[in-house]
Parts: sequence; structure tokens; C-alpha cells
Amino acid sequence: MNKIGLIIEREFLNRVHKKSFLVATILIPLIFPTIIALLVFISKASEKNASKEVIYYIDESRIFVPDTSKYIFRNFSGSLEDAKKAFTASDDFGLLYIPPFELSKPEGITLYTRIHPSLDEISVIENLFEGEIKDLKMQKLRIDQKILDSLKTKVNINTVKISEGGQEKSSNSGVLFGIGMAGGILMYMFIFIYGAQIMQGIIEEKTSKVVEVIVSSVKPFQLMMGKIIGLASVGLLQFMIWIILMTTLTFGVFHYFGIDPPQQQAIQQMSGQVAAQQTAMNSEIMNVFNETYNLPWTFIIFIFLFYFLGGYLIYGALFAAVGSAVDSPAEAQQFMFPITIPMLISYLSLFMFILRDPQGTVSVWLSIIPFTSPIAMMGRIGFEVPPWQLALSMTLLVAGFIFTTWVAGRIYRVGILMSGTKVNYKVLAKWFLQRG
Amino acid sequence: MDALVARGITKRYAQHVALDKVSFTIPEQTIYGLLGPNGAGKTTLIRIINQIINSDEGEILIFGEKLHSNHIGVIGYLPEERGLYKKLKVGEQLVYLARLKGMSRKDALARIKVWLEKFEILDWWNKKVEDLSKGMAQKVQFISTVMHEPRLIILDEPFSGFDPINAQLITTEILDLKKKGCTIIFSTHRMETVEDLCDHIALLDKSRKILEGSKKQVKDQFKSNTFIIDHRGAFSLNGGPYELLSQLPGEADLLKSTIRMTDPRSPNDLIRDLIPLTELHSFQEKIPTMSDIFISLVKGEPHE
Repeated sequence: MNKIGLIIEREFLNRVHKKSFLVATILIPLIFPTIIALLVFISKASEKNASKEVIYYIDESRIFVPDTSKYIFRNFSGSLEDAKKAFTASDDFGLLYIPPFELSKPEGITLYTRIHPSLDEISVIENLFEGEIKDLKMQKLRIDQKILDSLKTKVNINTVKISEGGQEKSSNSGVLFGIGMAGGILMYMFIFIYGAQIMQGIIEEKTSKVVEVIVSSVKPFQLMMGKIIGLASVGLLQFMIWIILMTTLTFGVFHYFGIDPPQQQAIQQMSGQVAAQQTAMNSEIMNVFNETYNLPWTFIIFIFLFYFLGGYLIYGALFAAVGSAVDSPAEAQQFMFPITIPMLISYLSLFMFILRDPQGTVSVWLSIIPFTSPIAMMGRIGFEVPPWQLALSMTLLVAGFIFTTWVAGRIYRVGILMSGTKVNYKVLAKWFLQRG
Repeated sequence: MDALVARGITKRYAQHVALDKVSFTIPEQTIYGLLGPNGAGKTTLIRIINQIINSDEGEILIFGEKLHSNHIGVIGYLPEERGLYKKLKVGEQLVYLARLKGMSRKDALARIKVWLEKFEILDWWNKKVEDLSKGMAQKVQFISTVMHEPRLIILDEPFSGFDPINAQLITTEILDLKKKGCTIIFSTHRMETVEDLCDHIALLDKSRKILEGSKKQVKDQFKSNTFIIDHRGAFSLNGGPYELLSQLPGEADLLKSTIRMTDPRSPNDLIRDLIPLTELHSFQEKIPTMSDIFISLVKGEPHE
């Protein structure tokens, strides 16, 4: 056991001392928010700085009121033919022709452009007309804007779950959806990245032949487990650092945008219509924020860690077996396929079934079968999983990794000492059955 | 006490038998040559001694005790396919390997420093193995084999990859270790090594042991009562207890003849019988080399 400890320590230090670990650990949680922030910033900046395009218009309907927020509209007095000629000679954006039309049937409005306009550009102009026609219709029907506004009502349904004890708990499906998706994707990435690293490490040991020296000091099984556990501890460390960084960052960002954590919340009273709207929006954000804040984070993180370890051990053992059997990563491809399949199934099901219907039959079974449960359970975890399902799933997960570790160990002990053999599934089976 | 006793070691794989009831005894403080063509089962045998794999039948005693995981620290093993962690530094690597053998970090550091100083490579401590030349890496690997002061050292083709100077250095170290009480097992094809260094040998062929004994015993066993003489003046020797195998021109104006005695008698008898026939300049019994013995025993059989 003492020797497994040494191997774990070695593997851990090897990875953690690498610059790439430091870079990945610190940068990854920063990279995505930074990229998003940057994109938002750039698009805002370009919107502000862009010089407005010029559109000429011929208004034969006499109802067009140019709105100059997006485009510069210039009236052209003359025939359409003249306008077209003048337009082709200029380098302006477009020529808008508005024939006389009935309010109930606005047809024939045409935009001439030199380049094909984007959907956005068209819809801006369409909205202009729709707004104007609406105003005209309202005047005709004698409808006051105020009456119209008073008709508008926004409804947000609060979902409240009543437990058997009668306790009420509000929940926000959107937040739970987000948690499920993030957890599932994170799980998928973690298992793949770390599983591939196990395989890589074993292939390196095998091709550098150092493995024979090592197994003359420790049992092959000890070496395999030491490697798997060593890498798991690196993964956990990385995960912890990410959690801390992201939490700090999130709070930092919320604070920067003036959204305070619930304890300090104090929604300022504002007057007027705009303010009321803003408050409504703010309170919705507050709501999401509250929901997020009030989630059972300790429970979710515990479950994540449990399923990460379980899933990682199940797949890590399989990756280890593959690594021991082959002489190069290229050769490993053929064996990766069957390992990848259940991962992909659970990943795709995450979006197709689990997040849409967390309590559906497919979702429930996927979250119980050990090979798919790590990802599937993360998708469901926010939506109150019945305890018996959780218990069954966790038990099967433990049984699953004991099983794959046993199978992998038997292949590994033979595989690491074989080089230059052409390996197929028959050979793997033979190794598995081989005695001591 | 014998360093290692193997009794009836058998290892079967699905399609073939790798070792078939192999027994041998390695006396303490000797250099023992484990010989045999490729595929004879040497590597399997060494892996069984190192507890990398288990035998199906038979037992092994190390210094009188049944092979046990405690013996890992007693044995030092240099595999034929050398290998170290490429990305690890020399010092760090040796400390790790020593600790896996059961040494404490402190002891390991002290012992490794002594060895690195002995080989005048202490300044490699912080070099990565991938930056070392092949010969340099071999030295590090040799240190990793002996640093935990094993009483039984198993060297698989120890001289491959060494230039003559380093090979000499290693030879000196091996003899020194033997003097200090270590028992050394050589697995090799290089017969000159066996000739120079080994006290005892065992020859494996096709999964069986076909020969074992001290070098002298083995050579005596394969002596063919053949003598080589340098002489002036041709002669013929037909009939009687002798057979003239060849008579060829030798150095200067001498002839070189090879004579075999067909029934065992003393060399003096041959000399006495030769003196009337020719002028005798030298007389020497033809002792078979290990290479001759190896080839004569293994020859003619198809090998992988």
C-alpha cells in the first residue's frame, strides 16, 4: 500500500509541476468569460462607432416618418427611374421605394441595395414600417397608447415544489437546466481529458521500457492504481481551484454590475414607467441570482465529485487497459471507439432527453447504468432525484468501477510487458484469461 | 548458503510452454551465466525471479527463503530493454526508484550520491534523462540497479550499449560487487563475457535447462581429448589409439596438427608416441570455448 502511495505522489507531482497544469488551471476559468466579455465589448464598440449608412427614399404613400437611429434617411424627390440612376452612381447603402398602399395591405415597399442586405438590416426597416402602421391604425381605431400599455401584462410562473412534509421550495427550471448542462458537460470533459492522460502516461511508460523496472518493484496492479488515483487527485485539485476561481470571479462580476448577493440586496425605488420596467427586469435577475445562490451547492458539488471519481475510475481503468495493450496513441484509436460510445450516448442524451424530461424513463435509466450515470446524473441532479434512484445509481457506479478495474488490471499486467504484438480483441481476451 | 535455488519451474502460455521444469542452483557470491538462444525462456525465468509474473509450478528459494514480496529489495534488476522516465531528472528519478525498492528518502539520497560520485556524474543530478546520451543513461540505469545494495543482482545483457571504456568500468564494478558478497546473474549471448566473468553457467534451450555447472566442470565435460601441436616435419598417424584430424602449415616453417585420442589415456602417452615422429615445439590440450559448447548444443535446431 505504501508503494501505491509513492506512485500516487510521483504522478501527482509530475503533473502539478508541469507548466501546462498551471496554465490550464488558471487560464481555463478565465478564458471563457474573457472571450465572451471581449466579444460583447467589441460588438458594442463597433455598434457605437459605425457610421450610419444612407438610405434614399421615395415616399408616394406620404406616411413614412424616417427614424434616424439606425440609418440616415434622405428624401429623394423625383421618379423612381431617376432615383435608381442616381443611386447606382452613388455609393450609398440603399434606395427605399414606398408606393401608395392601404394600411390593411402594405404591399410593394421595395428596398434596392447594391449588396445583399442582411436579415438584421431588413428587419430594422420592416420594424419601422410595422411600428408606423400600428400607430396609424391605433389613431384610426381611437386607441390610446396608455390603454394599450395597460393591456400588456407579463407573467412569470413561479414553480414551487411541495415535499411530503409540506415544505415549499421555489425552483427555477432555467437555473436547474443550466446547472444540469454545465455539470454534464464538465463531467464529460473531465473524464475524457483525464482518461486520455492515463492512457498517454501508460503508453509512455511502456514505450520507454521503464515499466519493467517499475514492475520489478511493485505489482502491475499497484502501478495501475497508483497512476489512476494520482491523476484523479490532480483532477480534483484542478476542480477545486476552478470552483474557487469561478466563485470569486462570479461574485466579482455581479458586484461590478451592481447586483449584490441576496444578503445585501436593496432594490432602489425608482419612479416612472421606465424605472418600473427596469425594476421588473432587475428583480428577475435577482430572482435567478437568488435561485442560484440558494441551490444546495454543497450537495451538488459532493455529487459531482462522487460521480466524477466514479466515472473517472470506470473509464480510467478502461483507458489504462487500452494504453497497456498498444505501442502508440495511433494504435489506441481502434479500442477508443467502444469506450467513447457510452460517453457519447450519455452526452447526447443529456440534451435530447435528460434536461428536457429529467424524470422520464430514459433519463432515469441512463442515470442508473454505471457507464452513462456520471453525465446523466449531473443533468438530473438539480431536479430532485428520488433517493432510491440516487442510492442505486451510486452503488452501481461503485460496483462498475470495481468491475472495470478488475478487468483492466488483468489486461494491463500482461499488456505492459508485451511490445510489438499486433493486438486485437481476441488477444485482449486471451490476456484477460491468462493466469498469473 | 545458495543465493537462489529453483526447483521445477514451469510456465505455460496458451500456445506454448515457456519453461519446462527448470531447476538450478546459484551458489552465493558467484557470477552465474544464464545462457540460451532467443526464445529459450531466459526472460520469462528472470521475470519469475523478479515476481513480475508467477510460475505455474515449482518454487524458488532466495537465500533459503521462499520467494516473497519482501525479496524485492534484495534483488536488483537491469532489464535488457533499458528504460527510464525521460522527463524526470536523474536525481529525482533515482530517489523514486530507490524508494519503490523500499529505501527511505534519506538513505536513498546518500547512496545515490555515493554512486554518482563514483561514476563522476554527480553534476548530472538535475539533468533530464532525455538530455543524456545513450551511454550516460546506461550508467544511470546501472546505478538504479545496484543503489539499494541488493544481494542478488540480475543483469540482462549488461554490456549492450556501452562503449569499451564504460564496459570496462561496469566490469570492474561487477567484480567489486561480487567481492563484497553479491551474487550476480548474467543473462547474455556474449560468450566472451561468459568466458571472462562467469563462474557458473546454465544453458536453456527450448524452455528446458540442458546444461548446468561450474565453468570448469562444463568445459571438462565437453573436452574431446583433442590436442594441438606445433611441430617441424610432417608425419602421419593412422591406426592405434590416435586420430590425426588435420595437419596444416602453421607459423614460420612449423606445422600445426590436431590429434584426438580415441581412448582416454594420459597426454604423456601421446607426447611419448610423437617424439619419434617429429620435432615437437608446443603441445596444448584443446579446451572448448563456451561459444563452441553453446553452438554444439544448440546448433542444428530451428530457432525463432
